[in-house]
Amino acid sequence: MSTQSMAAYWINAAARISENRAFRNSELLLEKQRASADEFLAELYSKIGLNYPKWYKMDRLSKLGMLAAELVLSSPFNSREYDPFELGIVLSNRHSSLDTDRKFVEQLGGIPSPAVFVYTLPNIVTGEISIRHGFKGEQAFFIDEEFPAEFLVNYISRLFEEGSTHTCLVGWTDILGESYNATLYRVSRVREDSVHSIPFTSKNLYQYLHHEQGSVS
Amino acid sequence: MNRDQLVEELKQQIIEQLNLQVKPSDIVAADPLFNEGLGLDSIDALELIVLMQQKYRIKLANAEDGPKVFQSVDTMADFIIANQTPQAG
Repeated sequence: MSTQSMAAYWINAAARISENRAFRNSELLLEKQRASADEFLAELYSKIGLNYPKWYKMDRLSKLGMLAAELVLSSPFNSREYDPFELGIVLSNRHSSLDTDRKFVEQLGGIPSPAVFVYTLPNIVTGEISIRHGFKGEQAFFIDEEFPAEFLVNYISRLFEEGSTHTCLVGWTDILGESYNATLYRVSRVREDSVHSIPFTSKNLYQYLHHEQGSVS
Repeated sequence: MNRDQLVEELKQQIIEQLNLQVKPSDIVAADPLFNEGLGLDSIDALELIVLMQQKYRIKLANAEDGPKVFQSVDTMADFIIANQTPQAG
């Protein structure tokens, strides 16, 4: 029996947005050197044809996570075909909501913006994605120095074993100043009929996160 | 500044404060700002209170007046005119 067919759970899609490049699986969707983080995210929003008025009100962590989620939750996947309570989101990052926290602190000399304040928690991005895609299952956000691949594999495998989760959006969504990286994976109990489907292992998570071409093959 | 100018200024201020993707001409001054119309939410309401305080130096003394004051651009303009302190000089 091959290693592939022995896999318990599957990464059926992945996306990475970092260093002025955006990948869906191994396809380079956008590259824009010398663009600021804000410029690149705005360009990607336009490029993928997203039309979501609330996007303009989000903080940068939510914008980044929302765009990466859009890439891995796109066709052939359709969240509306699932029980919302079987769809989970488990994200992680290093800088929590520090990017927005700083902006809020800068405003404390005057009257700080309530619209900024509501984003001074890292897990708001999970809520934004859940609202957009109708996820009502497990939600968690972990802060760690480095991408906690082994921990995520264990945590999500346990969710699958408990039986309440069918598909989970998993990954890393981090932004501070001009440094950003959103690497998300759509992980499921079942393998999709796709060339992009690979076993859900920490090695494969790391490989996609770090591979130069965004490829895991 | 007369009332018409204030209404136009308010439309621009609301767009900037709330990061709305509309033009001032898209906003009908008499239309509801919440639910229908621009579809603003509770956080937007707080932003409008901040706008009133920062730009026009007017504090909403009674929170219960909020729904009436922020019903539309027209009602906001009327509230500003009625409560703005005349400038010296």
